[in-house]
Amino acid sequence: MRIIRYREALREAMVEEMERDADVFLMGEEVGHYQGAYKVSEGLLERFGERRVIDTPIAEAGFAGVGVGAAMVGLRPIIEFMTWNFSFVAFDQIVSNAAKIHSMSGGAIRCPIVFRGPNGAAKQVAAQHSHTVEALYTHFPGLYVVAPSTPRDAKGLLKASIRDENPVIFLEGETLYGVKGEVADEGVDEVVPIGKGRVAREGDGCTVITWGRPYYTVMEAAERLAADGIELDVIDPRTLRPLDEELMLASVRKTNRCVVVHEHWPYGGPGAQIVDVIQREAFDYLDAPVLRVAGLDVPMPYASNLEDLVLPTVDRVVEAVRRVSYLGA
Amino acid sequence: MTLDSEELFNLYRRMLLIRRFEEEAARAYAQSHAGGFLHLYIGQEAIAVGASAAMAESDYVFQTYRDHGIALARGMAPGAAMAELFGKDTGCSRGMGGSMHFFDVEHGFYGGWGIVGGHLALAAGTAFKSRYRGDGAVTICFFGEGATNIGGFHEAFSLAGLWKLPVVFICENNRYAMGTPLSRTSPLTDLTLKAQGYGMAADGFVGSDVSVVKERVATAVKRARDGEGPTFIEIQTYRFRGHSMSDPAKYRSREELEERKKDDPLAVTRAQLEAAGAEVARFDEIEEAVEREVAAAVEFAHDSPPALEQTMLDTVLVKGQS
Ligand SMILES: Cc1ncc(C[n+]2csc(CCOP(=O)(O)OP(=O)(O)O)c2C)c(N)n1
Repeated sequence: MRIIRYREALREAMVEEMERDADVFLMGEEVGHYQGAYKVSEGLLERFGERRVIDTPIAEAGFAGVGVGAAMVGLRPIIEFMTWNFSFVAFDQIVSNAAKIHSMSGGAIRCPIVFRGPNGAAKQVAAQHSHTVEALYTHFPGLYVVAPSTPRDAKGLLKASIRDENPVIFLEGETLYGVKGEVADEGVDEVVPIGKGRVAREGDGCTVITWGRPYYTVMEAAERLAADGIELDVIDPRTLRPLDEELMLASVRKTNRCVVVHEHWPYGGPGAQIVDVIQREAFDYLDAPVLRVAGLDVPMPYASNLEDLVLPTVDRVVEAVRRVSYLGA
Repeated sequence: MTLDSEELFNLYRRMLLIRRFEEEAARAYAQSHAGGFLHLYIGQEAIAVGASAAMAESDYVFQTYRDHGIALARGMAPGAAMAELFGKDTGCSRGMGGSMHFFDVEHGFYGGWGIVGGHLALAAGTAFKSRYRGDGAVTICFFGEGATNIGGFHEAFSLAGLWKLPVVFICENNRYAMGTPLSRTSPLTDLTLKAQGYGMAADGFVGSDVSVVKERVATAVKRARDGEGPTFIEIQTYRFRGHSMSDPAKYRSREELEERKKDDPLAVTRAQLEAAGAEVARFDEIEEAVEREVAAAVEFAHDSPPALEQTMLDTVLVKGQS
C-alpha cells in the first residue's frame, strides 16, 4: 500500500486503463494543455498525445454526444465535465441517448462510456455551481452511478467503470481531490466492482450510510460519538445505482437504527431510496424511524455563513444519531 | 475623437472606478473577505463603459460571471457591489449571489450568469418582451468568445435572428477561454462570420478606445430600437489577469501580456485627453475621488451585517402564493 491523493488515484486509473486498451481516450474542457481544471489529468497529454487526450471547445452537449456516438461503435470514451453542473447542458445526450440505446436497440448496441467530474458544492461558488447531481442521474434506468469517497475506491471504481460495457456516471468531488489515502501498490491491478459497498467503520450503536464529501463529516462525527460510547457502523455504498442493499440491511439488522447522510437535497434521490429499502426490508429490526441529514432544501447561497447552514455538519449528524438512539442532545 | 472631453473624462472616471474596485476586490479575496470564484474584468473596461454610454437607462443588460465591470458601468453603487463580494446583506444580491451573480434591476442589470451560453436566450427573452409590449427598450448581452461554440449561443441566435428581436449580442473576445486560445476552439479567426448564418447584422473592432466602443455599439442599439433586428458585435480585447483568481495563466507569455498592456484602455483614453490639452491636476482629482469612493465601498462592506438566513429561506419561491 502507498498513500496518494484522490486526484492521483483517478489519474493512475486513467493511465493504466489507457495503457491497457488503445480504445480508451479522454475528452473534455482543459483536460490536455491546461492539465485539467483540477489537475486530475496532469501529464496525460504528454504521455498519450492529442489523439487520445482531447481538449474541446465549451460545447458539453456536443462532446458528450460525440462520446456516446463513438462508444456505440466500439471506442471507450472518458468524458470529463469540468464540473457536473455543466452536464445539464448535455443532459439530453446522457439521459435520452446513452441511457437508452442498449434497450431501445433491443440489445444490439452498447454504450461503454464514463462521464466523470467533480460533484457537489466546493466553497462559496453559489447556486449555479454547487449542484449535487446523484438524485438526478440515479433516476434513470440504463445508467450506473458511482460515487467513491476514498482514493482507493476512486482508483478501483474508475477502472471498473472504464471496463464496464455500460454508461457510468462517475461522481468525484472538488473537495475530495486533495484527500490522501491508501491505494494498492503500483503494478497491482485492484478493481472495485460496481454495485458493492464497503463497511468503513464497525460498530453496533447505529448504522450511518453516507458517501462523497459527507463521508468525512460522518467519520468525524463517529469519533465524537465514540467518546460518548456510541459506536457507529458506517456504510459507504460507493455505488448509488445499483445500491448494495444487502450490505446496508445487514448493518441495520445489527444496529437496529439508521441515519442516512448526504449532500443532495432531501426530495427523492438515493437518500430517500435507501430509506425505502430499509423500511421495507428491515422494518421489524428498526427501533426508531430512519432519519436523514441532507443538504438544506434551498439553492446554494454564496455567503459562507449561509453555506455552512446548508451543508451537512458534524453537529447535525451527531444530533440525528442521538435522536434515533433516544438520547437527549 | 467624437466625444467632447467632458464626456470622455466621465468615461475615463468610470473605467478607473472599475479598475480600482477590482484591484481592491482582488485584495479582499486574498484576505479571505471574499470567496468562491472571482473573475476580474481588468483590461476590458472600455467595453462595459463604452457600451453602457451607448444605451438608454431603460435598456436591459446581461453578462457572464465576469460582471463587476458592467454592473458598475451601469451605475451600481460600489458599496453594494463590494458588500456582495463580502457576502453581506447589503450586497446587490443580498449575499446570495456573490461575484458571479450581481443583479441590479433598478439599473436594468439582469445578471451575472454562471453557465456559459445560458444567458443569451434570456437576453432574447427580455428583447421579446420589449417587442411584445412595444416599449422601445433594447437588450445588450455580453459573453466571451468561448461561448460562441455552445448550443445556448446558437439557439439564442436562431430565435433572435428569425424574430428580429431588439437585442445586441456583444462578444468580448479576450483571446482565451480559461486556458484555451481561440485557435484551439474555432476554425474561424473572424467570429463575426457566424452572424451570417442567422441573418444577423455584424460588426467587429478593437475595444481599447472607449469612444469607438460607444459609437459602434450605439449604431447597433439604434438598429435594434428602430426594429431592424439584432446585431452581433465581436470586440477584440484582452484580460490582464488570469481567468479567475485561481488561474496562474501559465498558458501565455509575459511578453504577450506586456505587449497587450500597451493597449490598456485607461492609458489610451488618458493619452487622448492629454493630447487634447487636459491638465495633470484634473487626473489627480479624478484619482482621488475614485480612491475615496472605493475606500468607502470597502468600509461599507466591512461594516455591513452578514447575509441573512431569512433571505435564503424566503427567496426559494415567491412568498405568499397559493
Ligand atoms: C456550460 C459551461 N461549461 C463550462 C464552464 C466553465 N467555464 C467557466 S468560464 C469558462 C471559459 C469561458 O471563456 P469565454 O467564454 O471566452 O469567456 P471569458 O471567461 O474569457 O470572459 C469555462 C470553461 C461553464 N461555466 N459553463
